[in-house]
Amino acid sequence: MAAVISDLGATTTAEPPAPARSRRRGGSAWARRLVLVIAGLYFLVPLYAAFRFAIGTSDGGVSGAVFAGIPAQDGFLDAITLTVRLAVIALVITLVLVVPTAVWVHLRMPRLRRVLEGVTLLPIVVPPVVLIIGVLEVAPPELKGTPDLLALVYVVLALPFAYRALDSGLQAIPLTTLVEASRSLGAGWGRTLVSVVLPNLRSALLAAVVLTVAMVFGEYTMASLDQYQTFPVWIVVFQQANARVSVAVSLLALLGTWALLWLISLVDRRRQSPEDT
Amino acid sequence: MTTTDAAETRTDPASGRRAGVAVELRDLNRRFGEVRALDGFSLDLAPGELVTLLGPSGCGKTTALRALAGLEAVDSGTVVVGGRDLRGVPVRQRDMGMVFQSYSLFPNLTARDNVAFGLRVRGQDKAARRRRADELLELVELGGRGDRYPHQLSGGQQQRVALARALAPEPQVLLLDEPLSALDAKVRVALREQIRAVQTRLGTTTLFVTHDQEEALSISDRVGVMRDGRLEQIASPAELYARPATPFVAEFVGTMNHLPGTTTADGVEVLGRRLPVTTGRPAGAEVDVLLRPEALLVTPDPHGTGVVVATTFLGAVTRVHVRVGDTQRSGARPGGDGTTVLVDRPSAAVAGLGPGAGVTVEPAPDAQPLVA
Repeated sequence: MAAVISDLGATTTAEPPAPARSRRRGGSAWARRLVLVIAGLYFLVPLYAAFRFAIGTSDGGVSGAVFAGIPAQDGFLDAITLTVRLAVIALVITLVLVVPTAVWVHLRMPRLRRVLEGVTLLPIVVPPVVLIIGVLEVAPPELKGTPDLLALVYVVLALPFAYRALDSGLQAIPLTTLVEASRSLGAGWGRTLVSVVLPNLRSALLAAVVLTVAMVFGEYTMASLDQYQTFPVWIVVFQQANARVSVAVSLLALLGTWALLWLISLVDRRRQSPEDT
Repeated sequence: MTTTDAAETRTDPASGRRAGVAVELRDLNRRFGEVRALDGFSLDLAPGELVTLLGPSGCGKTTALRALAGLEAVDSGTVVVGGRDLRGVPVRQRDMGMVFQSYSLFPNLTARDNVAFGLRVRGQDKAARRRRADELLELVELGGRGDRYPHQLSGGQQQRVALARALAPEPQVLLLDEPLSALDAKVRVALREQIRAVQTRLGTTTLFVTHDQEEALSISDRVGVMRDGRLEQIASPAELYARPATPFVAEFVGTMNHLPGTTTADGVEVLGRRLPVTTGRPAGAEVDVLLRPEALLVTPDPHGTGVVVATTFLGAVTRVHVRVGDTQRSGARPGGDGTTVLVDRPSAAVAGLGPGAGVTVEPAPDAQPLVA
């Protein structure tokens, strides 16, 4: 899952230059296809193997029943509920922290952008094990026994993804002019943010949401060290009891992430396609 | 035209409200580090008047406009609009419509919703907003385009929507911050005339900022030429052109020839002719004489002191580039010791003035030189 997340990050940030480059090198189309096929195989073969393994039955047959049976599995619903709760808390706190900060920095302190970029990268540089052990060491006792502590840690982990998504979104719009136009028309800061800035950051916000949710749904180290059975922890634990179901659940989780990603690109495309007539 | 009288008769056709207030900028100072963007800058706008601030980049013209809008803080000085001191009044309460240099339409809203934005902020109901927005789109000749999004409109159309949006809440003052500079030449000319027509019709006091002198001269009641954070001169376009107060203004507005001359008892001698002018210098001093291309005459003369270097067809007139004062008459060479003089002639009267022709250049008898 961690690999999937970093992959998401790469596609959202590297998107703009890619088409221009491929257009320029039209001559080596076959080489590009070859790379695509190799990369495709690299990802698809394990997935296919996992899928075959999940739908296999003990007598050598094939059955999709394993997918239908997932919700009834022991602890599955608890794990999902907990993870969704963590995702929602982490998401809300992350957005409330990052959106106004990023907008303010872009408007008033553009020189701080670099600094902030560096700061938000710290959670990636510090290994999760170190981070969680440190947090457990210093966390106030009233938070220690609750999963909310984990949600707060996830906020820290989500910062790089959310900030970078918003940062590139903010760079793509003439923020200063839009804000000044809105203010000169009589709008206050609140309305300017809600009616002018946020609607034009739609795809950046969506990217921040998806990346944060995907991160929470994929994070294993901290959850297991904090001894909570979140979704990924449950998969690992449950694998020992029923490997087939565990693999089937992993596949579904992957599909879910892809669906979210597809949603982002759909929204993006609708925004960018000029409907000139 | 006295603008005050004009403003009294102007009413907003949409509301019946009399528009146009007086604006007073008094002794504004603003420093950015070592740079004095505004250095004791003062400016008055009569109700309904369109005043343009003209100047090179960095002269402080945009800072002045932004100070009036409240987008830029000033270190000292007062801004009074309609008798109200705007010190400490935030942008959104200043009741000013603004059109920006770059496209500032909200990309997520249609043209109509963009125009209606200021009305929505003021809590007008939806039907009234829509009616007023459509009316203003009609005013900028974009009726029927209300449902388009900004990216479906051309640059000129976007700026017209921006103008309609700025005017929709019936602002006391309209601020135009180089609204035409991102557009191509033809659109620019059409749109500046449209801006002037709309502004005249509504009678909204307007401050326009540009670095394009043609733009400034063509649509303004008065033009203020700025330099280093101060007003160098403010006057009607005709006066500014005909009687520039300083060499800087003369240089910046229109085209100017710099010619070597000598002062006489009652004027200056240039290109072999004496012109009356007050120089404030003793007779016999060597001076720089500034003359407009149309204040010079050029006649074919094989024994003349000038040689035509090139001609530029400008429509009704043709600009003749003449090399004068070279000690060697071997044709025009850059690096010679003479100067190149520009002379405007009616295009119908430039026969015999092709490149290489020998000519005589002299000031017209009624030329009004400026002596530096």
